[in-house]
Amino acid sequence: MGLHAYLFLAAVVFSIGLFGVITRRNTIGILLGVELMLNAVNINLVAFSRFHGQTAGMILTVFAIAITVAEVALGLALVILLFRTRRTAIADQIDWLKG
Amino acid sequence: MSARPDSLVLVALLAPAAVFVLLAVVAPLRRSGRLAALISIAGALTALGAAILAWRNLGEDIDVFRHVWAWLPQHEGVLATVGVLADTYSVKMLVLVSLVATLVQVYSLGYLSDEPPAALGRYYMYQSLFAFSMMGLVLAPNFLQLFICWELVGLCSYLLIGFWYRKASAARAAVKAFWTTKAGDVGLLIGIVLLWRMTGTFDFAELEVWAGSQQAGIAGISLIAFCLYLGAAGKSAQFPLHIWLPDAMEGPTPVSALIHAATMVTAGVYLLTRTAFLFELAPDVMTLVAWVGAGTALMAAILACAQDDIKRVLAYSTVSQLGYKMAAIGAGFANAGFLHLLTHGVFKALLFLGAGAVIHAVHTNDITRMGRLAKSMPQTAVVFIIGTLSLAGVPLFAGFLSKEEILGAVLAGGLTVPFVMLAVAAFLTAFYMFRVVFLTFFGTADAGPKGPAYEEPVHARGHHPHDAPAVMTIPLWILALLSMAIGILFMFHHEEPQFESPVWLTPAAVGVGLAGIGLAWLTFQRRSIDGDRLASAMGPLRTAAHAGFWIDDAFLFVYRSVLLVFSRTIGWIDRYVVDGIVNVMSAWTVMGGGRLRRMQTGRVQDYVFGVAVGVVALLIWLGGVK
Repeated sequence: MGLHAYLFLAAVVFSIGLFGVITRRNTIGILLGVELMLNAVNINLVAFSRFHGQTAGMILTVFAIAITVAEVALGLALVILLFRTRRTAIADQIDWLKG
Repeated sequence: MSARPDSLVLVALLAPAAVFVLLAVVAPLRRSGRLAALISIAGALTALGAAILAWRNLGEDIDVFRHVWAWLPQHEGVLATVGVLADTYSVKMLVLVSLVATLVQVYSLGYLSDEPPAALGRYYMYQSLFAFSMMGLVLAPNFLQLFICWELVGLCSYLLIGFWYRKASAARAAVKAFWTTKAGDVGLLIGIVLLWRMTGTFDFAELEVWAGSQQAGIAGISLIAFCLYLGAAGKSAQFPLHIWLPDAMEGPTPVSALIHAATMVTAGVYLLTRTAFLFELAPDVMTLVAWVGAGTALMAAILACAQDDIKRVLAYSTVSQLGYKMAAIGAGFANAGFLHLLTHGVFKALLFLGAGAVIHAVHTNDITRMGRLAKSMPQTAVVFIIGTLSLAGVPLFAGFLSKEEILGAVLAGGLTVPFVMLAVAAFLTAFYMFRVVFLTFFGTADAGPKGPAYEEPVHARGHHPHDAPAVMTIPLWILALLSMAIGILFMFHHEEPQFESPVWLTPAAVGVGLAGIGLAWLTFQRRSIDGDRLASAMGPLRTAAHAGFWIDDAFLFVYRSVLLVFSRTIGWIDRYVVDGIVNVMSAWTVMGGGRLRRMQTGRVQDYVFGVAVGVVALLIWLGGVK
């Protein structure tokens, strides 16, 4: 399989993730969408690293995965905190930024 | 080996400056009054000694000593310098300034002896600042330093006119003097800048070289000369900017003697003398200077005849004599004007100080309420008469030759009508000055009919005026002897003027003076001519003179009808048009913000959607560019 196949896969995963972020009403669903988008980027990194023969991309990916884990932990903590204070996890009801 | 004049004049310049700084910084010293006065007098004496030495060491008339330091740098060379320029004009003027300043400061010790110590210290601080500024002006080697000192003397004039600032009229007069001279100073500044744009230098020596290489009447020079003249006209009280000088008499009399008779008001004449090479390039402005000068001389002489306040008579007389000097300069003979500046400085200071002694003794300025003071104040009477004879242009006194030289200069300049005006002014000068002398020092027992407003003469009210203390009379005697010494010296040792005068000029000049004295004697001493009938014979002229020819009213009218209306219009435009536009803009901004805020839903997903759409649009656009 060529590089294009991987890139195509990554694009598809990214788009699914973006779609999820935009359309999911539950905040946990949005977080999942963000995860998908991040992993699409990881796929890209690994694919380029593999096809260009440079290990730096692999190492960067490992870092990215670690950071993603931390981000998910933080995101979930935020969601729990939101739920505790607002008794809701529905994104439409969280509109404190309204002008 | 004698010291060089430029170092000597530097000493003269810095001595009063040091005194001023000392008095300004050390407050207890200033508040001590008499000690401050003595320090200030010591500074002025140092300046006087240095100035006289510099004069002696200067040698030939063509000698010029310069000492300048770079001040404002620019990318090539120096933009402006500060320093001293010692030549025959500046050093003679320096001697006059330091002489009168010293005598006035000594005299003030007696005149202002009733002042509280703090006020006296303040007075001497201003006096020292004035002495420094005036000397800086006189010694300035370039226009920039001259302008700075020019403004400084204006400031000192303001401060000293308003010395009794609790008196409303004094405060008003100070402001009036400041603003009126400032109107001229704006012209001077514009002239200096225009001149700098044309030549690229402020320096007098470089300008003189430049002027020597130019043809008369080159483009723009008339405007520059006119602007410079405007500054000179404001400072030297030329028509119509003379209105501040009579009001400036609200200040203490010694101040009037120093600033408003002998030194500061002559700064304009000095400026024109100093820059005569520029004015030679602008003959049309020269003609204007001569005509305005002659007109001012005549007008002020008429006004002086109608004044009853001894100081205002002298003030108008100063205006008149300044007109004389300007007329000589306008005729192209700056030397004649400068000579009169020097002699007039001496005897007008004498007259003012003499008047001050009279006022000090009788506590009034009104000459109609004085009389027969010659008996009780013989010394003052003698010196005042010496000053008056000088001013009237009687031979053997200081004013005689300089005045005649001006008349000759104006005639030689081909200005016949101004000559006639000046001759009439000379007649009136003798008349009004002897009117003062007769009314103040002599007078008869039956002093004519009394009007309803008549007040008893001062001497008739059990008040015994007497000569001033020695600290005041000694300066008077020095000035009086100088007036005579200069007059007698000129008779025997006089350099020939640069022009030919007709033989009838001397008898004519003396004749008009004596005629004026005679008329005053007949009117105010013999009473064979009724003063009131003489006055009423003048009819409308007298009314006009009492109103100061309505020049103050004209200024007021222009102020009210032009300036106020103009500023009100501008104010209306600012309030309703400019502010209106700004208010509409701000209202629109607030309204637009109110409408646009609805875009902000506050929901994260909407923002992410926006970002996604933006990225897609960007990608499509980039694809399209490719």
